[in-house]
Amino acid sequence: MLCPPGGNPRTPRHLISAADLTRDDAVLILDTAEEMARVADRPIKKLPTLRGRTVVNLFFEDSTRTRISFEAAAKRLSADVINFSAKGSSVSKGESLKDTALTLEAMGADAVVIRHGASGAPYRLATSGWIDSAVVNAGDGTHEHPTQALLDAFTMRRRLVGADAGLGRDLEGRRITIVGDILHSRVARSNVHLLATLGAHVTLVAPPTLVPVGVDRWPCEVSYSLDAVLPKSDAVMMLRVQRERMNAAYFPTEREYSRRYGLDGERMAKMPGHAIVMHPGPMVRGMEITAQVADSDRCTAVEQVANGVSTRMAVLYLLLGGSETALPSAAARTEENNA
Amino acid sequence: MSKTLIRGAKVLGGEPQDVLIDGETIARVAPSLDAGDATVIEAEGRILLPGLVDLHTHLREPGREDSETVLTGTRAAAVGGFTAVHAMANTFPVADTAGVVEQVWRLGRESGYCDVQPVGAVTVGLEGKQLAELGAMHDSAAGVKVFSDDGKCVDDAVIMRRALEYVKAFDGVVAQHAQEPRLTEGAQMNEGVVSAELGLGGWPAVAEESIIARDVLLAAHVGSRVHICHLSTAGSVEIVRWAKSKGWNVTAEVTPHHLLLTDELVRSYNPVYKVNPPLRTEADVMALREALADGTIDCVATDHAPHPHEDKDCEWAAAAMGMVGLETALSVVQQTMVDTGLLDWAGVADRMSARPAAIGRLDGHGRPVSAGEPANLTLVDPAYRGTVDPAGFASRSRNSPYEGRELPGRVTHTFLRGRATVVDGKLA
Ligand SMILES: [Zn+2]
Repeated sequence: MLCPPGGNPRTPRHLISAADLTRDDAVLILDTAEEMARVADRPIKKLPTLRGRTVVNLFFEDSTRTRISFEAAAKRLSADVINFSAKGSSVSKGESLKDTALTLEAMGADAVVIRHGASGAPYRLATSGWIDSAVVNAGDGTHEHPTQALLDAFTMRRRLVGADAGLGRDLEGRRITIVGDILHSRVARSNVHLLATLGAHVTLVAPPTLVPVGVDRWPCEVSYSLDAVLPKSDAVMMLRVQRERMNAAYFPTEREYSRRYGLDGERMAKMPGHAIVMHPGPMVRGMEITAQVADSDRCTAVEQVANGVSTRMAVLYLLLGGSETALPSAAARTEENNA
Repeated sequence: MSKTLIRGAKVLGGEPQDVLIDGETIARVAPSLDAGDATVIEAEGRILLPGLVDLHTHLREPGREDSETVLTGTRAAAVGGFTAVHAMANTFPVADTAGVVEQVWRLGRESGYCDVQPVGAVTVGLEGKQLAELGAMHDSAAGVKVFSDDGKCVDDAVIMRRALEYVKAFDGVVAQHAQEPRLTEGAQMNEGVVSAELGLGGWPAVAEESIIARDVLLAAHVGSRVHICHLSTAGSVEIVRWAKSKGWNVTAEVTPHHLLLTDELVRSYNPVYKVNPPLRTEADVMALREALADGTIDCVATDHAPHPHEDKDCEWAAAAMGMVGLETALSVVQQTMVDTGLLDWAGVADRMSARPAAIGRLDGHGRPVSAGEPANLTLVDPAYRGTVDPAGFASRSRNSPYEGRELPGRVTHTFLRGRATVVDGKLA
């Protein structure tokens, strides 16, 4: 959800779900991220854009990599950053989300970047009237992780279209395969929405136990055979599969999972020569991906981390930068919806 | 004792009649009666129904008086047109002994707004392991006839079988909350298209249907009667329809919210829509309406489940399950069943009064509106249109999914054994 100012310049916009981005919103974010990436190549990596603004990283779940990425992004834009780790507090009782939100509001947060174990928590934060700040979803339960999808799309566009050639363009016609625990993956949900919006053809590959009931309504295909899909893929995204899933009978054993759905060198050879391997991290080597694949130059996992900072800079810049031209189509669309 | 003449009300939606209440009894019903010294209620255009009976109410006392008490809950019931409610057993302590059910029963008598018939737990502590003293609860002053572990499913097939058999000795009934526990671990909402998108743990229809299928087979096998609480899926309807076609002694209820609301509302992540069983799909809603109309589903039961504000003012996963429903039940039934032409007012009287009273073996309720019967009556203005404002509820809790919604109809008067508990829509 990217809410427009709607006449009140103090009303913030939010990024809650990749499904709320139009094609033009998404391309604007990717283009802006490309500009931000160029800043990273300069000797002084900082922009003064968000000087005097406060970004709070509100993390109810441990995720050092995501938090550091947002922190680096905000700092490169000269924002003040407050890290608020709420893990271990009385989250299970629910009161701490609201109470924490009120605390952050009192501290003058302009944006709250929230990671929460409960699906929908960022949406509640943005819509319950608890706070006025912009809300950025940094991963909620098994719902969405929109900035991950944006950095993934950014990585794909750079690799498959080109850093310069890609400007202004989407992923029309690219064939993207997402493999692994779709059922529990917020990364998969956000990617399916965003990639469909950008014109890509998405195929999900997983054992049937790890595909949600209701997936037939998603804008993608589903296959149970990795080998059948690999030769027709421009990018293959491997999702982390937690070993504990086998205790709930999602698959019989780790060995069987990696034999059927893991990516090893032999399987990677079936991919077209230009195709890339992606992973949102952290990788479980030996489970969904072998060391040989993870360390090959076709694997973009490390690049994705760097791209994450540029992409999150773009998101914070567009949400908070006061740029009147930012995200015009989102504004227009939501006004229509309100009518 | 005082006399009241209800003038010109359509009895069960039929021709206008005058109905004279004398003391605790309906004295006369005729096209035109002389008022004499009776207080007159001009009721032209209104519908007169037997007092509504709820088979499924959570009054929360003892233990959660912060969300509801017997007094506030029965006041809410009266406002909703109810003259009798069955108080569910999942209190603190659990109503699994004669002492607790008698306490609840006595509190109901003291309230004076609505009869309270306690439901006894099937198993000790609702734990599904050991039968509670069902006979003692039946023999107590509370005279318990309905037994339920509601909130939890009696999932052990042997315990369920024994309970079904055991209560035959005193014509009791087991009311099952059908929810296979393993299939619903971590479940947050109906499993389907919406749960897949929202990333909320799915609550499959089969978790309800598999238990219902098992229980109707068990009831048939041991020759007992079983009642299914809050049916919520089209598949459950099919199973109950099949069981009834076999002549088995199976009854079922549906809640007002399952007749109106769908899981699409969960897209708001607003926990006011979080309920057990979960809101289902449009197709389920339509199947439930049809089943209530054709009698496959015997009755409407509110599953009135009050929760304090803080238990809903949080993220979805942390929120409590349940909705208040006593004060909106009849309006929702009017909108979904009467205004759609699926059920006439006589049908509403049957599904909301006669049948639930019969299932609960409740004396003095669900009776015809005719001379000599107890004056448990509800007068409804079907032309009324109003917006639901929980701030005005008699219930202590405000967790209504209808807040801000326009609903038709209003209970103007409720009579409990001749005494007006509600007059002109307000508690008397
Ligand atoms: Zn229940």
